[in-house]
Amino acid sequence: MRLLLGSLFALVVAALVGLGSTYFALSRGAAFGALSIGSWTAWPRSGTIDADPYARATIARTGQLPMALGDGVSFSAKADDSGRTLDGRCDVIVSGITPAARFWTLTLYNVNGELVANSVGRYGFTSEEIVRRADGSFAVEVGPRAGPGNWLPTGGIERYELVLRFYDTAIGVATRASREVPMPAVKTRRCP
Amino acid sequence: MIRWLLLLLGGALLGGIVHLATVMALPRTATQDAYSRLTNSAPVNSVTALPLPTPDTAVMPFMDPAFVSAVCRYDLTGGPLNLRVPVGPAYTSVSFYTRFDVAYYAINDRAAGRRIIELDLMTTEQHNEMPEQEDVTAADRLIVESPTPTGLIAIRTLAPEPGLVPAARAALAGARCERQDLAQAPGRQ
Repeated sequence: MRLLLGSLFALVVAALVGLGSTYFALSRGAAFGALSIGSWTAWPRSGTIDADPYARATIARTGQLPMALGDGVSFSAKADDSGRTLDGRCDVIVSGITPAARFWTLTLYNVNGELVANSVGRYGFTSEEIVRRADGSFAVEVGPRAGPGNWLPTGGIERYELVLRFYDTAIGVATRASREVPMPAVKTRRCP
Repeated sequence: MIRWLLLLLGGALLGGIVHLATVMALPRTATQDAYSRLTNSAPVNSVTALPLPTPDTAVMPFMDPAFVSAVCRYDLTGGPLNLRVPVGPAYTSVSFYTRFDVAYYAINDRAAGRRIIELDLMTTEQHNEMPEQEDVTAADRLIVESPTPTGLIAIRTLAPEPGLVPAARAALAGARCERQDLAQAPGRQ
């Protein structure tokens, strides 16, 4: 009886630890080789045949097609520069310059990776359509209410994710530091 | 007491194995991965245009709404595949994925260096079986080896502004992905 109870206990612990850690790792999007610059994180290696098992499992679970490294690199941000989770009810400013790439796009997704419906049908910006300042830098206002300049609507959803994709760029597995990759700042300006 | 602690430790170790096993097995058991999502809508060895991603029409998560895209779900068991993609107004890329959605190769219009991206896709065995003579005449053709006999090709063209979507769509409409022995490849007898 004690043996049965004991092995049952060990098996329950194993199931909890094993499945719990798998769920936790995959919902956090854990993979090796992360490149973090400011609030932006990319996994360049996940877009290659050398993708590690965690990257493969995450890709299978979300159902996305990862961006191949020969195509470009995709950075995502779920929090602003001070670590505060991006909130669609707040005004967030994404401003600065971007690393060298032929094109880039900035897109807003909900936590499931879906585009967010809004009245103007705008889901993101491309490097060609963004309005820049005289020095070449830009500022995108991400928020629920229309504003002047580059407005990216959040639809007022609670949590969202910004994805900045660089196409035909030199950023890759070998990229190390932020010096060569100047990413735009993400700042929460006003929250109701 | 010590007995329960040992059991706890044993359970945790076993849990580690469960963790690794589930992570490794997940790609093979997933039913909602990108390839499976496209199984019904995309016929094998032909190009299928995907709708422009909107909140209602996106086929899979995290699609770039600035891109017009098409997919070719391929099966190389019948023979190598020939792929031809006309270049769009701004930027065009072709990415290759295994059956389990791992990207193994990608090429863009600038790397291809022409107005059309053209290449042959085959398995390693099919590449090895290619007669040497043909390999020489095919020197100007790009050959891509697929690690798995089935997989997915994602063809994507950027529309830098909404007004260029029709032009991007028109370019992708000319994309072809067909069995090499069925394709009428120019300059080949």
